[in-house]
Amino acid sequence: MSKQYETVIGLEVHVELATRTKIFCSCSTEFGGAPNTHTCPVCTGMPGSLPVLNRQVVEYAAAVGLATNCTINQYCKFDRKNYFYPDNPQNYQISQLYEPICRNGYVEIDTPSGPKKIGIHEIHMEEDAGKLIHDEWEDCSLVDFNRSGVPLIEIVSEPDMRNADEVIAYLDKLRLIIQYLGASDCKLQEGSMRADVNLSVREAGSSKLGTRTEMKNLNSFKAIARAIEGERERQIELLEMGKAVVQETRRWDDNKEASHAMRSKEDAQDYRYFPEPDLPPVVISDEWLQEIRARQPELRSEKLIRYKKEFDIPDYDAQIITGSKKLADLFEATTAICKKPKKVSNWLMVETMHLMKEHGMEPEDLRFSPENLAALIDLTDAGTINSSVAKDVFEKVFLENVDPERYVDEHGLKMVSNEGELRSVIEQVMAANPQSVEDYRSGKEKAMGFLVGQTMRAMKGKANPAMVNQILKELL
Amino acid sequence: MSLMSLTALELGKKIRERETSAVEAAREALDQIKKVDKTLNCFVTVDEEQALHRAEEVQKKIEAGELTGPLAGVPAAVKDNLCTEGLRTTCSSRMLEHFVPSYTAEAVRNLENAGAVVIGKSNMDEFAMGSTTETSYFGPTRNPWNPEHVPGGSSGGSCAAVAAEECSFALGSDTGGSIRQPSAFCGVTGLKPTYGTVSRYGLIAYGSSLDQIGPIGKDAADCAAVLEAIASYDRKDSTSMKRDSYDFLSALDGSAEGLRIGIPRDYFGDGLNGEVKERILEAAKALESKGAVLEEFDLSLVEYAIPAYYVIASAEASSNLARFDGVKYGYRTREYEGLHNMYKKSRSEGFGPEVKRRIMLGSFVLSSGYYDAYYLKALKTKALIKRAFDRAFEKYDMILGPAAPTTAPKLGESLGDPLSMYLGDIYTVSVNLAGLPGITVPCGTDGRGLPIGMQLIGDCFQERKILRAAHAYEQTRAYSRCPMAAKQA
Amino acid sequence: MANMISDETMEYVGILAKLELSQEEREQAKKDMEQMLDYIDMLNTLDTDGVEPMSHVFPIHNVFREDTVENTDEHEKMLANAPSAKDGAFKVPKTVE
Repeated sequence: MSKQYETVIGLEVHVELATRTKIFCSCSTEFGGAPNTHTCPVCTGMPGSLPVLNRQVVEYAAAVGLATNCTINQYCKFDRKNYFYPDNPQNYQISQLYEPICRNGYVEIDTPSGPKKIGIHEIHMEEDAGKLIHDEWEDCSLVDFNRSGVPLIEIVSEPDMRNADEVIAYLDKLRLIIQYLGASDCKLQEGSMRADVNLSVREAGSSKLGTRTEMKNLNSFKAIARAIEGERERQIELLEMGKAVVQETRRWDDNKEASHAMRSKEDAQDYRYFPEPDLPPVVISDEWLQEIRARQPELRSEKLIRYKKEFDIPDYDAQIITGSKKLADLFEATTAICKKPKKVSNWLMVETMHLMKEHGMEPEDLRFSPENLAALIDLTDAGTINSSVAKDVFEKVFLENVDPERYVDEHGLKMVSNEGELRSVIEQVMAANPQSVEDYRSGKEKAMGFLVGQTMRAMKGKANPAMVNQILKELL
Repeated sequence: MSLMSLTALELGKKIRERETSAVEAAREALDQIKKVDKTLNCFVTVDEEQALHRAEEVQKKIEAGELTGPLAGVPAAVKDNLCTEGLRTTCSSRMLEHFVPSYTAEAVRNLENAGAVVIGKSNMDEFAMGSTTETSYFGPTRNPWNPEHVPGGSSGGSCAAVAAEECSFALGSDTGGSIRQPSAFCGVTGLKPTYGTVSRYGLIAYGSSLDQIGPIGKDAADCAAVLEAIASYDRKDSTSMKRDSYDFLSALDGSAEGLRIGIPRDYFGDGLNGEVKERILEAAKALESKGAVLEEFDLSLVEYAIPAYYVIASAEASSNLARFDGVKYGYRTREYEGLHNMYKKSRSEGFGPEVKRRIMLGSFVLSSGYYDAYYLKALKTKALIKRAFDRAFEKYDMILGPAAPTTAPKLGESLGDPLSMYLGDIYTVSVNLAGLPGITVPCGTDGRGLPIGMQLIGDCFQERKILRAAHAYEQTRAYSRCPMAAKQA
Repeated sequence: MANMISDETMEYVGILAKLELSQEEREQAKKDMEQMLDYIDMLNTLDTDGVEPMSHVFPIHNVFREDTVENTDEHEKMLANAPSAKDGAFKVPKTVE
């Protein structure tokens, strides 16, 4: 490659909002369910049905706008986007084109060369489409409208990103902010967060944008990174051959690690937007905006400062814990119960991380309660169980959210600190291992460890380790 | 004397006073349908069994004292673009020939709660697009005053059914004159309420920003009573308006005393038929005799209403009718290759020419590069038209004019030339653009015996005023039954 | 006639509107559309500079629902009108190649 190229990337991120009901009807947004069981005349586009806006959608959208430094458009309106597709029951989508709810924001990401602002062009509210299930058997498609009308916000960035790392950092940041707000769980795999990548390349140093393509169907951060690399190479190859990049929508196939154009003669991409006559405008008064602002939860940067001040936990730990709303919530709730921030942080940083990795889980998948973690910490602190038993019990808490006190009781895992009992077991261990006793006495310190191990084993791990050490030394 | 020759209020009173019953009334309506509807074709669907069953239920409730309203037991026709649960709703289109809604339109539900008995679904121009009821997939409706002529449209079936005494009153919908113009052509009274007064939930949309459901009856009192029944604030319709009062009947005091009526010179120009003009001006004089004060003025912008209307209505229609695609309900073509071919064939076969014409026009004016020139321009024109009305209502309580430039044309005369058919809407469409209430009252006939209607346009939320004026005018002349109904009785 | 609609435009609008007109229908529709557009062009003689486009005739705003589930499952009633259905879903020609 003779020339140097720069990649220019903008993202359109769709986020399903965590409302109980759909954006324009009172059907449940619950995920799953038999086909079309969460539907009504409105979200299936029955003739004569009319939309009524869910107030919570406006609140969430405005909250995300505020948290991403946007200007809130206090007079916003809905428009119809017209296109035919079977998952779109009215064959128009109610969205916002002319007066979206938020404009001109940014989020800051960390890059190797320091912090960088990624501009947000706008955020608008819209309805999600239904789902198409492809029936190979009958060679047809089946339409399920359960997802039709689930509220979405679309966050449109400026073309401010230059590589996959920046894109991932931007998405991570958005996800964290939105999770903190409770506006969505932002799961890429389940589709509650979806990103379309607009990408173009240009010769380094040029200020003119190249022709961009839009890539869809990116279901994971890995797929996004691969798609960006693939598309960058494809476009550079075209330019190197003296060919033009065609402005088009492409679908990424992560299995083939390649994209293909989604064009067809029947998709004119002319959406004929016009103001939605069935929905009056939304006016967000200063008072309402103030209420939304006042309800904004503490975001990550504020949490970091507070953790340092209030809990005195290591910087690194605070970074990791606040890096997930779920972990931060667990940390705070557990600390509130047991009042031992350092220990809580430790359990989260070491054992929780270890088990999450082992089970391939994300923080959002954690199911154990702060009460049970706090109880476990208290049991350990009180010397009711020793640390190795604690680890085993934690695994049970982690996987099944068991009540540790009851579990310890039922399984007889309490630490044995009864000197007489320990002494008699140790005496038996010494009698059974005369060679080790001999070794120790002749100066081989390592034999001590073996004897401790044998004692613990005989006690099924429940012995008080300090006392075992002490008694052993005494008897030897 | 047939029960069907009575006004809805007169019949309701007889039923309440046990002189007759809901069942007898329904039977008479159904009998009259059997007699005349082969000729007139006012109805797309009549469910005799269901209607009689419903009449029996209503009668029981009347006797139990549960239904005491003025419309309890009175037979009604409902335009076939209003959804009725379990009763097919076709919009007079092949597209919805077999469509049975899973819910009932709010206006119809209100009507049923008032005890009215829906006896059938009335014919209309396909998807309410047309001014003659000739674009119906189920054949044209004929004018009961002269079956050679059209009843007007698009609520032609509703208006003709009222005139022919096949029901006591009817519901219609009005997007650009579709209640007022056929009411004029059929010699009945029709009211288009202020936008947002009657819930549109369950009305199969044509032009959402213009559509409004309204009553059609023999006189103003019937219209007032029906409006009281159907008007409501509905949380299911976001454009529904909370009114301070839903009392309309009490406005009718027989007098027009104190009403200032503006007569726009621009409504009485070259395009207006001479006989129509004469009758309307006579009616104005009659109102003057009842105490109204008349004054001529220039409304302005009248000629811009039709182009603005057709841009807005077609654009909205192109989007509203996109849902008819052969996927969820309605017509699907028999043979197709792939999805888009299925869409195109189903829609092309399911819709008639006038509907396709408007969808094409609407899609074009919204398409890339044309939005500003057409749609946005039309919305600005609409704003100016509204302002012109606002100015007029600073001086006048209402505006008086014709409902249509001519009386009913002959069948087949209009369809060949869509533009001139559209021009016939000149006195009605601006009312929809500005969201105003308008009422048409019969005021005589032309030399061929075809009815003429006077239109009264009120300021928004001023239904009481126009109803009062209409009622005052009625005191100066008796209701004329159409010859067909008079002969039958 | 001022407005001339090309065959390509008619085809394009047909794609947008999902309508397929026969040759005869298309010729008629073209003529009608040209005539209507000529008529609509009358709007250009009206000075609308500085006029705010009016989509809603009344200045109402903020019509909301609260976020509570009210609807119940009525999918069987809904599917009764479907031209083609399978397993509780609407059946359509295959949407992917």
